[in-house]
Amino acid sequence: MSGDGSLDRLKRDGRIVVVGASLAGLRGAETLREEGFTGSLTMIGDEPYEPYDRPPLSKQILLGRATADHTLLPRRRAIDAEWRLGVPATGLDMAARRVRLGDGDEVEYDRLLIATGVRARPWPKEDEAELDGVFVLRTRDDAYALERSLAQSPRRVLVIGAGFTGSEIASACRERGIAVTVAERAAAPLVGALGGVIGAVAAELHHENGVDLRCGVMVTGLEGDSTGRVRTAHFSDGNSVEADVVVVALGATRNTEWLAGSGLGAGPRGIACDAGCRAFDIRGIVTDDIYVAGDVARSPHPLFGYQFLSLEHWGNAVSQAETAAHNMMSESADRRPHIWVPAFWSSQFGVNIKSVGVPTMGTEIVIAQGALNERRFTGVYGYQGRVIGAVTFDQSKWLQFYQQQIETTAPFPPPFPTVDRRLEGQHPRDADFPDPSVPTHGPTVTLSGYAPDDRRLTFTPARH
Amino acid sequence: MRLVVDLNRCQGYAQCAFLAPDVFAMHGEESLLYNPLAEEERHEEVARAVAACPVQAILVEADPSAEAPRTRPGGDR
Ligand SMILES: Cc1cc2nc3c(=O)[nH]c(=O)nc-3n(C[C@H](O)[C@H](O)[C@H](O)COP(=O)(O)OP(=O)(O)OC[C@H]3O[C@@H](n4cnc5c(N)ncnc54)[C@H](O)[C@@H]3O)c2cc1C
Ligand code: SF4
Repeated sequence: MSGDGSLDRLKRDGRIVVVGASLAGLRGAETLREEGFTGSLTMIGDEPYEPYDRPPLSKQILLGRATADHTLLPRRRAIDAEWRLGVPATGLDMAARRVRLGDGDEVEYDRLLIATGVRARPWPKEDEAELDGVFVLRTRDDAYALERSLAQSPRRVLVIGAGFTGSEIASACRERGIAVTVAERAAAPLVGALGGVIGAVAAELHHENGVDLRCGVMVTGLEGDSTGRVRTAHFSDGNSVEADVVVVALGATRNTEWLAGSGLGAGPRGIACDAGCRAFDIRGIVTDDIYVAGDVARSPHPLFGYQFLSLEHWGNAVSQAETAAHNMMSESADRRPHIWVPAFWSSQFGVNIKSVGVPTMGTEIVIAQGALNERRFTGVYGYQGRVIGAVTFDQSKWLQFYQQQIETTAPFPPPFPTVDRRLEGQHPRDADFPDPSVPTHGPTVTLSGYAPDDRRLTFTPARH
Repeated sequence: MRLVVDLNRCQGYAQCAFLAPDVFAMHGEESLLYNPLAEEERHEEVARAVAACPVQAILVEADPSAEAPRTRPGGDR
């Protein structure tokens, strides 16, 4: 494609279709225009709304500080797109370069950006999931419905799953003075994402804030009353709890079903793409015209041994969409890899939890600053003698430093003295992640592929 | 006025909460809660907060009339 004028033609009057009109779709579209794309742009989204922001849904919205229809994303620029909202894409014809829509229409493209994200995993027993008072939380409509039911002062809320979303929901309930029980299959909240050492601190946060936390149990069934309203939940340990609101927070499922049979390398784990965001087909050959970004993507990361990372992180969606759009508008030599260092935040029980890198790869952890029992600390994760991730509780100022450590594959444990290092920070200990073959709720990073053992990699992070 | 804060970047410096307290508030030691749809009357305070944020974490919609989605008969709702 280089130098033959085809890129210029694409830029001038090509047809680009974006499927999934949320964070990644919008930021990708804006970047396309930013990079000089003047052709036609079509935004296809199955939700009836313009792109909105999800993180506030489990925070400001559930606290009643803003309403669910108030999180529309600010635009960086006008994108002059044709919007097809409230219509799902239902199929893809790769040979004819056509997307089929739920209303029977078809849209042709020269380049396609897939950003269909994930959806909340529903309660597995359908009849129980349909009881009144049973919720999930992923969309604006979900948040609206859940907030409304919290406003009616339920006697008790049961949250199933203590990942980030479940913990934030429990936190919002307690802040509103609502009694809440949290049921988690693992030994503590957040263990899937941050390991058992940090999970123990998270469990204390739940207890201190009056959450009835039940770990190591599974909810085996939900029972409704004669009007079809949820009333009781039964646990695997034989106990049960009365709750009039149940929130199922068991993680997410990738929205790839619409690509079944298309020949694209899409499945339950997401859509595999190369470091430049180009999708693989099922033969493992990279496509020229289909790009992926955001929660639905799985992409290899040079810093983590080219393992395929699936990240359900806000910052990843933005960065990957920008890279995908840039690469669509570039000759191959001008393309850049998506080498964003994973980062996320969560706010719960008044504590600001932030993380960089891939804690789930860590086998050891050292509390490099502060103290666990003060709820203000920096935990650094190590893997094969290098720093691989870090987490802070109310100490985000240190995160940037450890991000650099990760980027430069600095040795673990950190050999230098750190400010405010306590006794517990002298020696690393087992980070205590659950056995990866046992499913847990809410890891926000999942890994597959090869283990990173190449420490000689040099890495220059993108800064935009 | 639509706004979003990149909370990966935000360092909880709280300048925004000081300059536009009706829109930004600290929640606990360093968590920031903000109103994602601030009232137009707060425009000036918000602009000051945007300018004061040491890590440029606050994005406000550049032009409120930037775009009413162009719809297509039958396709949109
Ligand atoms: C309650 C909640 C709290 C969160 N909090 C945080 C946080 O604190 N920190 C953090 O880093 N991240 C957080 N996240 C994650 C963050 O919101 C996501 O990473 C981000 O939304 C990903 O954007 P995306 O565009 O890739 O996918 P999505 O936002 O999932 O968007 C995908 C869009 O595509 C649509 N779609 C799906 N299939 C089709 C189809 N076939 N045709 C057309 N459209 C389709 C979907 O309906 C959706 O609108 C949170 C998420 C939730 C739900
Ligand atoms: S001024 Fe910026 S860094 Fe400080 S709290 Fe506000 S958004 Fe965060």
